[in-house]
Amino acid sequence: MDWINALVQGMLLGGLYALFAAGLSLIFGVMRLVNIAHGDLIILAAYLGLSTTVLLGLHPFLALLIVMPLMAGIGYVLQRGILNQTLGPDILPPLLVTFGLSVIIQNALLETYTADPRKLPGGVIETASVDVGGITMGVLPLLTFAIAIAVIAGLQFIFYRTSLGRGFRAVSDNQDIAQLMGLNKAHVFGVAMALALAVVAVAGILLGMRTSFDPAIGGGRLIFGFEAVIIGGLGNLWGTLAGGIILGVAQTLGAKIDPGFQLLAGHIAFLVVLAVRPNGLFPRVEH
Amino acid sequence: MSDPMLTLTALDAHYGDFQALYGLDLSIAAGEVVAIIGANGAGKTTLMRSISGLLSNRPDAISYQGQDIGALRADQVAKLGIALVPEGRQLFPSLSVEENLMIGGKVGRPGPWSLRKVYDLFPILEERKAQASTSLSGGQQQMVAIGRALMANPELILFDEISLGLAPVIIRQIYDALPGIVSDGMTAMIVEQDITKALSVSSRVFCLMEGRIALQGRTEDVTHAQITAAYFGVDA
Amino acid sequence: MSTVTRSTRASRIAMIGGGLLLLVLAAAPYWAGRADMRLMSEIYLYLSLATLWNLMAGYAGLVSVGQQAYVGFGGYMLFALTIFGGVHPVVAVLLGGVLAALLSIPIATLAFRLKGAYFAIGTWVIAEVFRLSFAQIQALGGGSGSSLPVAIVKEIGAKKAVREANSYWLALGAAVIIIAAVYAFLRSRRGLALTAIRDSETAASGLGIDIWRTKLEVYVVTSAFTAIIGGLIFLQKLRISPDAAFSVNDWTAFVIFIVVIGGIGTLEGPIIGTLLFFLLREVLADFGTTYLLVLGFVAIVVMLKAPKGVWGLIRERYDLELFPLSYRVRTKD
Repeated sequence: MDWINALVQGMLLGGLYALFAAGLSLIFGVMRLVNIAHGDLIILAAYLGLSTTVLLGLHPFLALLIVMPLMAGIGYVLQRGILNQTLGPDILPPLLVTFGLSVIIQNALLETYTADPRKLPGGVIETASVDVGGITMGVLPLLTFAIAIAVIAGLQFIFYRTSLGRGFRAVSDNQDIAQLMGLNKAHVFGVAMALALAVVAVAGILLGMRTSFDPAIGGGRLIFGFEAVIIGGLGNLWGTLAGGIILGVAQTLGAKIDPGFQLLAGHIAFLVVLAVRPNGLFPRVEH
Repeated sequence: MSDPMLTLTALDAHYGDFQALYGLDLSIAAGEVVAIIGANGAGKTTLMRSISGLLSNRPDAISYQGQDIGALRADQVAKLGIALVPEGRQLFPSLSVEENLMIGGKVGRPGPWSLRKVYDLFPILEERKAQASTSLSGGQQQMVAIGRALMANPELILFDEISLGLAPVIIRQIYDALPGIVSDGMTAMIVEQDITKALSVSSRVFCLMEGRIALQGRTEDVTHAQITAAYFGVDA
Repeated sequence: MSTVTRSTRASRIAMIGGGLLLLVLAAAPYWAGRADMRLMSEIYLYLSLATLWNLMAGYAGLVSVGQQAYVGFGGYMLFALTIFGGVHPVVAVLLGGVLAALLSIPIATLAFRLKGAYFAIGTWVIAEVFRLSFAQIQALGGGSGSSLPVAIVKEIGAKKAVREANSYWLALGAAVIIIAAVYAFLRSRRGLALTAIRDSETAASGLGIDIWRTKLEVYVVTSAFTAIIGGLIFLQKLRISPDAAFSVNDWTAFVIFIVVIGGIGTLEGPIIGTLLFFLLREVLADFGTTYLLVLGFVAIVVMLKAPKGVWGLIRERYDLELFPLSYRVRTKD
C-alpha cells in the first residue's frame, strides 16, 4: 500500500513537472530555442505571486490574474528585445544569453527578496485532502495535476486548432515562407514566449504553494522540466505530461527507498531513457 | 502607359560577398503578365526574393504602387499585396492542405479569393484538404502553393519556376488555370525555364544573364535568335 | 616572392614577452605577498578552466554547462585518494585526472546523444548526479563535506610558506601546461580536423574526418584536465563539500562568462577574459550580488554586440594574433 501511495503521489507531482516542461517544449517547438533561464523565470513568477498576495492580500490563485499577464508581457518584451537577436544557425548565442539572463534573474531576486525561503499562503487548500480507496491525496496536488492536463490540452488546442497555432507551426517549419504569408516572425516568436511564460506563471504559483522556494532553486526546476521533455519525446506536449509523471514517480519511489535518493532516482530515470530511447518514449511523428 | 505597378531602380542583390544582381532597371504596368527567363544562376530567384522582401535592399530600389518597399520585411510586402509562389513549392509540412491555404489568407486582404474559389479552381485540393501537404504529388503541391498565394488576394503575384519538376500533363493543367487567375486584373511575373510556355502567356519578356538584363521586349517582337543569344550569352 | 607562415612580428614579441613575464610570475613567492599569491593562483586556475572550456565549446562545439562535474570529481578524488589511499596529494590530483578520463568516456556516449542546447542541459544533469552521489558518501562527509587532514596538507610542504609557494607553482605550472598543450593540439593535424569540423561539419565528414571520435577525444582530454584543475582548486581550499565542489555558478557560469567576454574560439580570449573577470570582481567586490548582475549583463551585451568578445574587437582593429594559428601569406618584394 505504501508503494502504491508513493506511486500516486509521484504521478501527481509529475503534473507540476509537466507544467515546468510545457513552456520549454513550446518554445523549442516554435523557435528551436532552449531557454536556460526557464527555471529562474518559474521562480520569478513565484516571487511575483508572493508580492501580489502580500501587497493586495489576494489568494495565490487570484494572484494569477495579475502574474499571468505580467509574465506574458515580460516574455514578449524579452523575446523581441533580446532573444530574437540570438536566433540563427549558431546555437551559442541563445544558450549564452539565456545563461546570462539566468544569473541576472537569480541575483536580482536575491537582492530584492533575500535568500530566505518563502512560501505562498494557500490557506486551507494546502492541508485539505481526499481519501480514495485508502490512499490520501492532497487537494492541491490533485488540482495541480488537473491544471497540468488542462494547460496541455489548451496548448494542444491552440497549436492544432487555431490560426495562432497555424502560425506557430508555419514559422517553425519555414521562417522565410511564413514571412511571405504576412507573418512577422519576430512577433510570432514574441507571442510564443508570452504564452510560454503565461504557463510558467501557473507553474510558479503552484510550485510556491506546494513548497518553499528561494532564488537559487531555478536551475533545478529547469532540469526537471528538461528531463520531462526529453523523457516524453521532443515536440510532443502529451508526451511531456507522460515524461513529467515518469520523473515524478521515479523521484517519490527513490525517496521511499532513502530520502537522499529522491533527486538521484529522477536523474537516473532520465539517463536510462536517454540510453535506451534517445528520442524519448513518445517522439513526435510527422504526419 | 499607365502608372507602373512595380518599378525596379538600379537593384543590386548580394549573398555575403557574392553579388547576384547588378543594377537592374525594370518596370511593370498593372495587369501585365511578364515572363522572366534565363539560365540557372542568372538571378531569377534572387529577383523574386528581392521583390518579395526576403532579401533586403535600398528602400528606393523597389517601388510598388508609388511606395518605396525595398527595405520592407517580407510580411510587410505581403500585406501590400505582393505574393510569391516560391521555387520548389515550399509548403508547410506540419500543416494540412487546407491549413496551408488558410495561412495564405492570414495576410487579411479583401478580394475575390477564398477557400471556395481555390477549390473551384483546383477541385482535387478539396478532396485532399485534410491530408498532410507532404503526401501530395508534386503537381498537387504546386496547386496548393498557387492557391496559398491567391488566398492573400494579391495584386502582384510572382511565380518562381512555376513548372519545374512537374509532369507535362500537370504543367498543362497549371497553364490552363493561369488566364483565369490573371484575368481579374492581377499583375503577374512568371519565372520559367520553358521559354515557349513562358512566352505563350506573357506580353513582355525579360531575359536575365549573370545578374543583368540581357534582353527585354514585347513577346511578339523578340525573335527566337535574340532569346537564344541572351539566354546563352552568345552572339547569334 | 611570397611565403606562407603562421608567425607574425606580434606573435614573436608576445613569445619573448610571455617568457619574461613567466619568469617574473614564477618568482612571485620571492616578491609577492600571501594574499596576492592566493589571488594569482586563483587566476591561473580559472584561466585553465576557461582555456579548457573554450577548447571544448569554442573549437569542438560541445557547449557544456556541466564541467563542474569534473572539477568536483577531481577535488573529491584528491580527498579520497589521499585519505583512504595514502597517496601523495600531487599524485592524487594526477590520478584524479586519469580516473576522470576513464569516467568521461561512458558519460560522453550518453551525453552526445543530445544535440546543441540539449547537450548543454544534459551535461548539467550529469553534474547533478555527481553532486548527489558524492553527497551520499558518508566517508567523505556526506552532504556537509570534509577537510583535508593536517598530515596530508603537510605533504605539500612542512612549513606554511613552503606550502603556499608549492601550491602557487602547481597552479602556475598547470595553467602554462594547459595553454601550451591546447596551443600545440590546435596546431597539430587533429587540431586542424577540429577547426574543419567547426567551420563545416558536412565538409569535414566529406574529408573523412570522424567527427564523433574527434569530439570524444576533445571531451575526454578536457574532462581529465578539468579534474586535475579541480584537484588543485581544492588543494588550495583544503575543504570540500558537494555544493562547493559541483557548483554550476563557480565552475561553469563564471568560466563561460570569462570565455564569452574575452572572445570564444580564440586562445587569447580566455586570457583577456580572465583578467577582465578578476578586475571586475576586485572592483565590484564590495557590492555583493550586484557584481554578478553586472557580469551577466556584460556577458549578454558582449554576446549580442561583439560575439567575438574583447579579443575579437582588438584583433579586428589591429590584425593581431599572439598565438599564431592562422596561416598568412607574406609577400616579399
